[in-house]
Amino acid sequence: MRAFEYVSPNSKAQAMSLLATAWGKTEIIAGGTDLLALMKDDVVSPRRLINLKEVKDLHGISSGSNGMRIGALTTLDEIASNAEIKENFPAFADALMEVASPQIRNQATLGGNLCQRPRCWYFRNGFGLLPKDETGKDLVEPGENRYHAILGNSGRAKFVSPSTIAPILIAYGARVRVESPKGKRDLPLEKFFLTPKSEAEREHDLRPNEIVTELVLPLATNVRAAHYEIRQKEAFDWPLAVAAVALTTNGSSVTSARVVLGHVAPVPWRSPAAEQTLTGQQVNRSTAENAAQAAVAAATPLSGNAYKVQLARVAVKRAIMKAAGGVA
Amino acid sequence: MPDWDPTRKNPEEKPDDSGVSRRDFLRISGITAAIPLVAKPKLVMAAGEQIPVHGPGKVAMQFNVNGKTYKADLEPRVTLLDALRDQFEITGAKRVCDRGECGACTVLMDGKTVYACSVLAIEAQGKSIVTVESLMHDGALHPIQQAFVENDASQCGFCTPGFVVACKAMLDRNPNPTPEDIRHGLSGNLCRCGTYDGIRKAIAQVAQKGA
Repeated sequence: MRAFEYVSPNSKAQAMSLLATAWGKTEIIAGGTDLLALMKDDVVSPRRLINLKEVKDLHGISSGSNGMRIGALTTLDEIASNAEIKENFPAFADALMEVASPQIRNQATLGGNLCQRPRCWYFRNGFGLLPKDETGKDLVEPGENRYHAILGNSGRAKFVSPSTIAPILIAYGARVRVESPKGKRDLPLEKFFLTPKSEAEREHDLRPNEIVTELVLPLATNVRAAHYEIRQKEAFDWPLAVAAVALTTNGSSVTSARVVLGHVAPVPWRSPAAEQTLTGQQVNRSTAENAAQAAVAAATPLSGNAYKVQLARVAVKRAIMKAAGGVA
Repeated sequence: MPDWDPTRKNPEEKPDDSGVSRRDFLRISGITAAIPLVAKPKLVMAAGEQIPVHGPGKVAMQFNVNGKTYKADLEPRVTLLDALRDQFEITGAKRVCDRGECGACTVLMDGKTVYACSVLAIEAQGKSIVTVESLMHDGALHPIQQAFVENDASQCGFCTPGFVVACKAMLDRNPNPTPEDIRHGLSGNLCRCGTYDGIRKAIAQVAQKGA
């Protein structure tokens, strides 16, 4: 790891004024579980780290009439252990308990989870987000792409969005607050994730001197939600496919649905086709299968990852059945 | 119980002529590069206030490890794991993957398990750090360590300190774990020898008896 300067601001204003206005010079350190690995491997080499853990108003969970707010610096374990989160957003609590390992959950933060960098092995070995060789030829398409994207992969970006909790948060309609020296902005979490078109772009709607400060979860009434992951290992493994579903029902049939896939595209992948298929229907094995088929109908697998289409389809079907209270 | 005692010297073994252990050798060979040079932190203006910038050179740091105070001058890039092992000779936590993937460096920070390789030492100041070294009392193994011995829960032993710390944290939080709780609670530690079955039995034994 290269040497760097380390600063611990104690307010958001201080933190934002310390961040550089261009990528690369400064990095935010929250839990550090992803950043330190990136720095050890020279994928990023900031000259200065800005520690956010001493900024007190970025930490904690509160609930109001509109929903719950979670500070970006709250650890995943603190959120997963919170009784109100478990009661109001059980599928989010489920997803949190599947993240990495107990040690990581004790240290990693919500904001860090949403801002973590892709696991693409080309990226992690210094070939960039849109890996290419010295002649400019894409490395992923003819290369080792078994864990890469099967949807949203028609551009240069073939990596998959790494956060395993983003899909269920999007399904629950979460909004994220981003603050910069110029002010605050709130955006739906699904708009926070972007597919970069050049190496100058990043995978988040975040400028170098902006900070994710909190997440807001709107109260979910009459919503049944579920999170389902398919992994090679039982635990502590990156998923091959994630599906998150939130169904609003009028008792017997679905009045609206959100279906979000993870680890299949450069962003958490919302499927309007699957959502439409479910709307107005009673959930049973047949409607779940139809929606799951719709979710992957547009898949364009690469040379080595067609198997993920089947996994994504099954994940969606099982998440729908789980949300409806049926057997997965 | 194994009849082989790892602490007993093999009488056939020749003493090491140099009298220098591997750790001593590494330390001696590093001395020339270790000229302490601690500058006072410079100050930067941030939102109208002056705040200190530490590094990139050495910074005077102080730690609380197993109830004792340790001091060292370290660069901000030094991890807690490297500080424990290379500065304070607290070598129970092992450096294996150094990427937060294997669990061999598991320690407790303010009572919660963390990977010491993934914590900057500068951020571990002011926290209570507990390593596997603190578990033995008056030469007696901690009940979890004893259960590891009795259930054949280690082979090469390199992952064992991390596992023992992770087991202790899990049992402190959940004294009566189900088999699934044990599998999930210990998922952050890997054993390449495959002693998982022995470890699960050790935990079940401790849970029954109480630690």
